[in-house]
Amino acid sequence: MMLNVFFFKATLACYFLGTAFFLFNLWDRKGERDAQGFSFWSQRLAISVTGTGFVTHTIALILQLKISGFVPLTNLHEAISFFSWAIVLAFFWVEIKYRISILGSFILPLAFLFLMSATALPNEVPSLDPTLGNIWLGIHTTLSVLGIVAFAIAFIAGVMYLLQERFLKSKQFSSLYYKLPPLDLLDQWNKKSILLGFPLLTLGIISGAFRAQYSLGSFWAADNAKQVLTLGTWFFYLVVLHGRITIGWRAKKAANLAIIGFVGVLFIFITLA
Amino acid sequence: MNIILVGLSHRTAPIEIREHFSIPANKMGDALYHLKSDPLIEEGIILSTCNRVEVCAVVKDTRAGFEAVKKFLIESYSGVSRESLEPCFYMHSASNCLRHLFRVASSLDSMILGEPQILGQIKDAFDQAILHKTTGVILNKVFKKSISVAKRVRTETRIAESAVSVSYAAVELAKKIFGKLTEKSVLLIGAGEMAELAARHFKGNGVLSISFVNRSYDRALELAKDLGGIPVKFEDFHVEMARSDIVLCSTGAPEYVIKSEEVSKVIAIRQNRPIFFIDISVPRNIDPKINDLDNVFLYDIDDLQISVETNIKQRKKEALKAEEIISEEIERFSRWFKSLDAVPMIIALKGRAEEIRMAELEKILGKMGTLTTAQREALEGLTSAIVNKLLHTPLTVLKQEVHSTNGNMMLEATRRLFDLEDMLAQPEREKQEKTKGPPT
Repeated sequence: MMLNVFFFKATLACYFLGTAFFLFNLWDRKGERDAQGFSFWSQRLAISVTGTGFVTHTIALILQLKISGFVPLTNLHEAISFFSWAIVLAFFWVEIKYRISILGSFILPLAFLFLMSATALPNEVPSLDPTLGNIWLGIHTTLSVLGIVAFAIAFIAGVMYLLQERFLKSKQFSSLYYKLPPLDLLDQWNKKSILLGFPLLTLGIISGAFRAQYSLGSFWAADNAKQVLTLGTWFFYLVVLHGRITIGWRAKKAANLAIIGFVGVLFIFITLA
Repeated sequence: MNIILVGLSHRTAPIEIREHFSIPANKMGDALYHLKSDPLIEEGIILSTCNRVEVCAVVKDTRAGFEAVKKFLIESYSGVSRESLEPCFYMHSASNCLRHLFRVASSLDSMILGEPQILGQIKDAFDQAILHKTTGVILNKVFKKSISVAKRVRTETRIAESAVSVSYAAVELAKKIFGKLTEKSVLLIGAGEMAELAARHFKGNGVLSISFVNRSYDRALELAKDLGGIPVKFEDFHVEMARSDIVLCSTGAPEYVIKSEEVSKVIAIRQNRPIFFIDISVPRNIDPKINDLDNVFLYDIDDLQISVETNIKQRKKEALKAEEIISEEIERFSRWFKSLDAVPMIIALKGRAEEIRMAELEKILGKMGTLTTAQREALEGLTSAIVNKLLHTPLTVLKQEVHSTNGNMMLEATRRLFDLEDMLAQPEREKQEKTKGPPT
């Protein structure tokens, strides 16, 4: 077994455990009045397992980079693996900044499922020379994946928003209600994530066009379904941002839109696979 | 010597009796001097709040001490007969007294479980006693400990978390919707005690502004002046509503003051910014249908009441954890308290000296090689003599002074100067091991 495959498998195991612990925390009643901080053993365990997974994941990605001698984003398997790495990174960033570790209960299952689906995909590394076209390819995939990570965070914020909104409306306070952050904060996350994801996706598309120009000789291939769908996504988020700023598509509507948008992105992922 | 406590509280005495005992802050000094003037009482503190009056004292004789404190309470502050008072008093001594104090400080004995004021009141009582020099080594330590136990209970259990009053519950819900309230505006429609209280809580949580609306503009003006807000004319309140994030309604109107279609318009003007309505009026003043509108949250008095009751249940559960913490702290404290007895202190001090002597002797014997028995005995004799001579005066003074007014200070000083903490704990441990018996 190659070393990078070993680390990849180890990551998968860690994310599985992380998911299990985080989901346990979600239903555990002990933490219900303690949304802040992570004082409970299961929370600590979840975070340390995830941290270990993140480290092995980083190593696996570096090894992959060494083997291909290139940005490890040449096929869908690698792109999805990179996506799940970046989303875990985003989790740690939020955890350190806001100490709202309930986010882990939403992000980790997503990271785990994505990594699982990556294993189902073939991982043949094409031997690519670092030509100009391929450098653009690296830039294109990296930026696009990071953009999608931002949309995934907006999606999670949207799901959390709808859950919390339901609790507040129905006046049924389950243990989850106490753990979820305030609506206003979730709406802010939603806004910031899309504000960050949109320019990343824009740059991703532009670099993709350059890549097409160098390798295919044309900026735009209209018969390419991937390009059409990506542009569609870009346009969707453009409308969402515009609506938010001018007509006040915020709060519940913004949460719904973020969910629809990301489900659309997922759909593109699946059709491409 | 013993710690005792005599008092009465909301659990044992009705308000008609308690009100006779309340001691205003400016009279506290006199009361403390009066208490301390009794020769039986070595140290004393008086805690006087609207729910309790308690005197904690250090006395030479427990029974006589109880009588002295009771006499002090009855004679100084009461217009009530001794016979009717007698059943209201509770008396605790030694570890029961500690348990009572720790429970009071941790708010386990309060009318509202977990309320935070009592700790402040205990700190004040302690400060007063220090100011008038009526405490000594023991009560200083006891009260410092009570305060630290209360803090421990607060951090390690969730007894003080979550709202147990309707107005706090409203603030807590607002926080779940808006997060920090510093950027939010509150609109208060109508007046009433509960609305005023809620306004104060919102103010305490740092809201940006509070506007007051009332059918009588003068009343709105008055409230705005009292609580620091903006008065708004009744005709204008719909406009103001669009600017407000939290709307609290409490009028005597028999019909809905805020209707569903008005709120739909307000939400459109606000571009979907959420708005939180609190209706504490009976009959209700806000159309309950508005809760079906997106980004509108409506809570009436019953909703808030239910959330309060759930929280009270939660606090009761947490109180059990607090009791465990208190038991633990009492055990620790009792060990220190027992050390104030002269006998164990003398044994500990001798033990410490002997320990050092033996250790040093071993060291030097190791270096000197083989010695004759006579030489060995000479060394032993010399070291023992030095130790005994050095300890002679301290031990004699300790024995003499232990029953004087400075006795406790002397014992405490010895304990700290010679670092006898672990030595004093040793016999305790041996005793415990003995009671457990040999492993079978």
